[in-house]
Amino acid sequence: MFAYIVRRLLYAVPILIGVNLLTFILFFIVNTPEDMARAHLGDKYVTEEAVQNWIADKGYDGPMFFNNEAPGVEKLTDTVFYDKSVKLFAFDFGQSDDGRDISSDIVDRMGPSLALAIPSFLIGVWVNICVALMVLMFRGSRLDKTTVAVFVGLMSISYLFYIIVGQYFIAKVSKLVPVSGFNDGLDGWRFLILPVVISVLAGIGSGARLYRTLFIEVSGQDFSRTARAKGVSETGVLFHHILPNAMLPILTGIVVVIPMLFMGSLVMESFFSIPGLGSYMLDSIRAQDFSIVRAMVFLGSVLYITGLILTDISYTWADPRVRLS
Amino acid sequence: MEFETFKTAVLWTDYLIWFMVAIIVFFMLSLRKSPQNSEKWKAVFSTKLGMSTFIIILAYVGVALLDSIHFRKALPPVEGQTSTQVYYSNDVNSVLDLMLGEMGDNNERTYSAPFSLKSWNKENIKQSDGTTVRDYPELKHAGAHLEEGDGQAADILMQSLLALAKGLALALALIAVHRLWLKRRGTLNDLPWSTAWITFAIIIAFMTWLISLGNLYHVLGTDQAGNDTLYESLKGIRTGVLIGSLATIITLPFAIVFGISAGYFKGWVDDAVQYIYTTLSSIPSILLIAALVLLFQVWVDNNPGYFEVGLEKADGKFLALCFILGITSWASLCRLLRAETLKLSQLDYVQAAHAFGVSHLQILWKHILPNLSHIIMITFVLDFSGMVLAEAVLAYIGIGVDPAMASWGNMINLASTELSREPSIWWNLSGAFFLMFTLVLAVNLFSDLVNDAFNPKTRLETA
Amino acid sequence: MRIKPIRTLAATITATLLLTGCSGPWNDPNPPADPEVQTYFGSFTTRPKHLDPVRSYSAEEGLFLDQIYEPPLQYHFLKRPYELEPATATSLPEVTLLNDQLEPAAEGEEVAFSRVTIHLKPGTQYQPHPAFAQNSEGKPLYLFDSASESTQYTLLSDFPQTASRTLTADDFIYQIKRMGDPINKSPLIGLMSDYIVGMRDFSKMVKEARDGDKWLDLREFEMEGLEKVDNLTFNIRIKGTYPQFKYWLAMRFFAPIPWEADRFYHNPGFKDKNLTLDWNPIGTGPFMMTTNSPNREIILEKNPNYRKDVYPSEGSAGDEERGYLADAGKQLPFIDKAIFRHEKAATSMWSKFTQGYYDRSGDGDSNINTATFDQAFTVGPDGLELTPELESRNIIVDEEIRPSIFYTGFNMRDPVVGGYTEDKRKLRQAISIVYNDQEYIDIFRNGIGQLAHGPIPPGLYGYKGGKEGMNTYIFDWDETTKSPKRKSVEYAAKLLAEAGYPNGRNAKTGEPLILYMDTTASDASPRSDWIKKQLAKINIQLEFRVTDYPRFKEKMRAGNTQMFGWGWLADYPDPENFLFLLDSRQGLVKCQCDGSNSTNYDNPEFDNLYDQVKTLPNGPERLAAIEQMVEIVQRDSPWIWGFNRKDYYLANNWVKNTKRHGISQGTLKYVRLDQEARAHQQVAWNSPNVLPLFGATGLLLAIVLPGISFYRRRQKLTIKAEE
Repeated sequence: MFAYIVRRLLYAVPILIGVNLLTFILFFIVNTPEDMARAHLGDKYVTEEAVQNWIADKGYDGPMFFNNEAPGVEKLTDTVFYDKSVKLFAFDFGQSDDGRDISSDIVDRMGPSLALAIPSFLIGVWVNICVALMVLMFRGSRLDKTTVAVFVGLMSISYLFYIIVGQYFIAKVSKLVPVSGFNDGLDGWRFLILPVVISVLAGIGSGARLYRTLFIEVSGQDFSRTARAKGVSETGVLFHHILPNAMLPILTGIVVVIPMLFMGSLVMESFFSIPGLGSYMLDSIRAQDFSIVRAMVFLGSVLYITGLILTDISYTWADPRVRLS
Repeated sequence: MEFETFKTAVLWTDYLIWFMVAIIVFFMLSLRKSPQNSEKWKAVFSTKLGMSTFIIILAYVGVALLDSIHFRKALPPVEGQTSTQVYYSNDVNSVLDLMLGEMGDNNERTYSAPFSLKSWNKENIKQSDGTTVRDYPELKHAGAHLEEGDGQAADILMQSLLALAKGLALALALIAVHRLWLKRRGTLNDLPWSTAWITFAIIIAFMTWLISLGNLYHVLGTDQAGNDTLYESLKGIRTGVLIGSLATIITLPFAIVFGISAGYFKGWVDDAVQYIYTTLSSIPSILLIAALVLLFQVWVDNNPGYFEVGLEKADGKFLALCFILGITSWASLCRLLRAETLKLSQLDYVQAAHAFGVSHLQILWKHILPNLSHIIMITFVLDFSGMVLAEAVLAYIGIGVDPAMASWGNMINLASTELSREPSIWWNLSGAFFLMFTLVLAVNLFSDLVNDAFNPKTRLETA
Repeated sequence: MRIKPIRTLAATITATLLLTGCSGPWNDPNPPADPEVQTYFGSFTTRPKHLDPVRSYSAEEGLFLDQIYEPPLQYHFLKRPYELEPATATSLPEVTLLNDQLEPAAEGEEVAFSRVTIHLKPGTQYQPHPAFAQNSEGKPLYLFDSASESTQYTLLSDFPQTASRTLTADDFIYQIKRMGDPINKSPLIGLMSDYIVGMRDFSKMVKEARDGDKWLDLREFEMEGLEKVDNLTFNIRIKGTYPQFKYWLAMRFFAPIPWEADRFYHNPGFKDKNLTLDWNPIGTGPFMMTTNSPNREIILEKNPNYRKDVYPSEGSAGDEERGYLADAGKQLPFIDKAIFRHEKAATSMWSKFTQGYYDRSGDGDSNINTATFDQAFTVGPDGLELTPELESRNIIVDEEIRPSIFYTGFNMRDPVVGGYTEDKRKLRQAISIVYNDQEYIDIFRNGIGQLAHGPIPPGLYGYKGGKEGMNTYIFDWDETTKSPKRKSVEYAAKLLAEAGYPNGRNAKTGEPLILYMDTTASDASPRSDWIKKQLAKINIQLEFRVTDYPRFKEKMRAGNTQMFGWGWLADYPDPENFLFLLDSRQGLVKCQCDGSNSTNYDNPEFDNLYDQVKTLPNGPERLAAIEQMVEIVQRDSPWIWGFNRKDYYLANNWVKNTKRHGISQGTLKYVRLDQEARAHQQVAWNSPNVLPLFGATGLLLAIVLPGISFYRRRQKLTIKAEE
């Protein structure tokens, strides 16, 4: 297993290089260093010299990918790309274009992001499993069909709609929770409860439906039938046979998501002005702050790959028959 | 002298949507040859739900198609013009615009509520005696047919009944023809046709009602710039249908070629393809989309010559957006196809064909591809609704459809501030929401049925 | 059974909500505050990017910096028109005109230089700051050789020792030198190098001497135009005459920076921790920044060392009645703490204001936009009136007229719309007539704003209202209403025909006239739609070219545009600051720089007059020149004149002294609060409506209960079947 993980980690390196190269190319075609300089220097009285100074200051003034003038290996290493990428691999994200240290900003914003993402995720999965199990008990009845139709209905509503309407009725009209914002510490729950409830609600449709399908799949298998035949009660079958056996597909589905929780929720965070990584990303896209976007892309890829590896490991944990080699 | 009165203006997406429909029709027809497949389709359509959702989807696609025949009206020559050159208006119209009549041109100044005769905001009105009063001004177009003293409610009721009657009559006539045709072929009882007819009649009656009342009133009110919300929502259908279908279709060739070759040839090809899709899918999709959208934007700015009128530019951007969405969702289909091909290529008959020296291309075409078609189809229908919903989120982030093109995402996005006005403006949100919800719901329900029928896994379980 | 937990969860949530509900309103977004500390609650929408006074140029940064930094001069809080008064200086600067021998110029002699002398008030102290902290030997306490020595400090508040120092003339000189140092990227470096003697050479010198990130002691480099007379007096020598220079002395670019702070922030490793002057201001002003977390909140606290500064005892007409003079003569500031919270969405900011959690509707901007307007104002026969809802709360309304203009420019170098021939003028005038900005103001700005007739906004010298100031090319005077009346669409169509485009078609070829407008991507569609409709009135077709902001600017620089929307906010209240927007030497294409003449307007006659207006003191001669200039540009119509912005700021009734200043933002020190009233009102306005909560619980039960009963029935059914 250890060897497997090492191999997977090594395999991650070329992927990360690829990701980096891709973002680099994309963003430099979109946004030349001069564009960035002008966007950041403001509107009034900007001189050409100031622009050049900015570019040099941020280290964008060398050759991008290939340095013809440098000797030997330095043809590749004495470039902006090499310079910026190597630092990323050491998780040294440097400074954003407006002069803030990105790493400390990320650490600062991770807390609010997780404070929103973890409850949404855990409560979401829990609620979905509960609802799916409940529906499973009425399998084949009209109630089952109605519930599934409701699930599909819930799925068909735009995420934005949930947020807009939820915020309007609960926060604005009913004054039950603050409209938006975030406070550190225990006081934060008042701000989080509405976004958490909304994201759980918005997820019930697809989540519960998916789990229901998984459970049906398992309940159709021989051991469930045997258990029923033995006279185990329906609830007994549900909790002792179906649920444990459905854990494997459920796990594979959710483990890959767990690391991504760090990235926060783009839309939710900015709607409720929670100062997390999601809104950080959105702001940097809007401001075209290349340094932050690059850092976040890198972080996202690392987390994604971590998720894949974790999934594999969780297979062995949930199902002893699976061996990693 | 003779002048052409219009010029067709075919947008790129027009080509694609017609092409796509042609492919789907061809696909359906070719499926009829295989009894196994037609059996499966029958399973889908033999349910009432399958039938009615299919009719609803057809209605949406129909509107999208009508909205995809574009033309530009010719401008009359000016007096004293020396050349005989004919110029065309920069406004691109579609057949749908013609069918909707005046609806698209009946602009007011700003917001007005559904069926209202007056504007939503008070304005300074100069009266004939020179004094100024502050009041809600009359709308220019809504209720313009009303005579002094006519009751508005009575008029709406009358007009509604008239329109519904017209619509039902039309629907009944068409249904009668269809029924006759079925009877002659003797296939009247094969499928739940009555469900189909009821759905059809409802849709036709509803549409007639919308169009006839939409020309007299603003059925869903007007937006901030005074455009008819109903018109905007209806125009959003094309965008919704296109984004749902094109995003998957455009990148389909890549997914198929890469997926199959990875699964079939294995070795370094497999490694390379896996590397590409892992790399692509490990970038957070929103960031990738944002970067690519901005990139295309720059390209458009640098090459304004490619686009003659604003709508063409919006269309180009839209196409790019579909493509970009496709790229981000492409990896999962590619992975599925690769896995399935891997399995198929181990099968005896493929191995046998191999041993007989059948060329790779032929094996792929004859044995592998046909056995993958259900995966492609299921992915297509399953992804459809996701894409339609994603458009709204993209609009919120600011990388969505060009504002020049009507889209539900843009409407919903604007609605968040409109709703918090006091009193709130709810009709923009509801128009977009209702149409979007109906489409996505119909597609979701339909795709479930397709999935149940074609996915061998679920078929086993439900059996 | 799995159903129970859902119910218990719902019950727990309800219970917790009810329990915490006792302590105050449920929806209070602010952290619990100490009632003894006078705390102001404000908001900001755009997070500040730079807090270095030499670099920051934007209004959202001014909201903080103007409370912290004090330049030599400031604007009088209450007087209108805007009036300068000394802040850290004892009086307005003395200006001595010099000849090229640096001697006072005799009457009629050509003026080569002006010497600006500034005398400072004695005893002004800096805020407490670790940069001044010394050990027992008088050496700076926090001076490190390497980053590893200072790892325990990550925030400014981590430094236990602080100290202060008296302000001297050196600090002003140091700051002007920082302006000339290219590494600080001051937006004024270009402009000021043209005026302050020796700044350009200084820049070169310093650039060569710089060694990486290390601190460069600017005191060791001389700038020719700067001269310290004594500890409280210094001279700035500028080229020629520049009467407007005094206004710059009221801006934060000229606020003092102690060299100790510059050295402190250049400690090794500090930059990586955001410990820079750009993030941690140090000033002599009424407030100091104690928390800088721009994603969440920025907290200002009273500077304990603040100099003697009292509330003004004179104001303009009406200030007495509005209660603006009640605090005359009292020591400033009144509040102890100001918490500004980051607020992205205008609507939620507004909600919190109406709930009483923000003291004003907005701080950096008024936040009275199309979405919030109807909730704030009704427009009655006598103009704006508060809605009954807000009226009953005694909300305070403050008008802010910012010297500003928002216009639609024509690129004068464009072959279609540009040019100075009669037919091109007519084309532009025709478009200006149909482009009904009044309607724009009505629809998109709810009627807030004043239609512009020329480049000079109201409130500035040389502005004329009424019939005199009317733009006769676009308007006719309507005697019955005593107001300008836009010329008719027919007249515009006639002008267009005379310009060679009858009915919007090229008279020779029949080709329709299509114009292009450049906008940035953020432009929402209703506005673009509206603009299209305006031009369509005379059958001109309009296409939009949407780009992102940097590229838009690039196009502007290259002269690659046709029409575009643009705006200008005054730096200082002098017409020169607006007329220079049409000076050809500021032309973007002509000077190949980032000039401010967006339309590339180029008229030698105008340029000549501009040179006069620039140097003349206010008087009949200057007024005549200004009038002539306005007439010239009205005829040429390089801009569709657009409108001058006006804003209404609302404040809850427990906030006092809320008058807005159109240019300076350093008015927080005048604000006073009645905290008791606030606490009382917040409770009264925010009683929660628990109905949805019960509704949701009811719905949940309605879904779950039939399920349970169904399940029970089914269980029984099975048993029966087995029997």
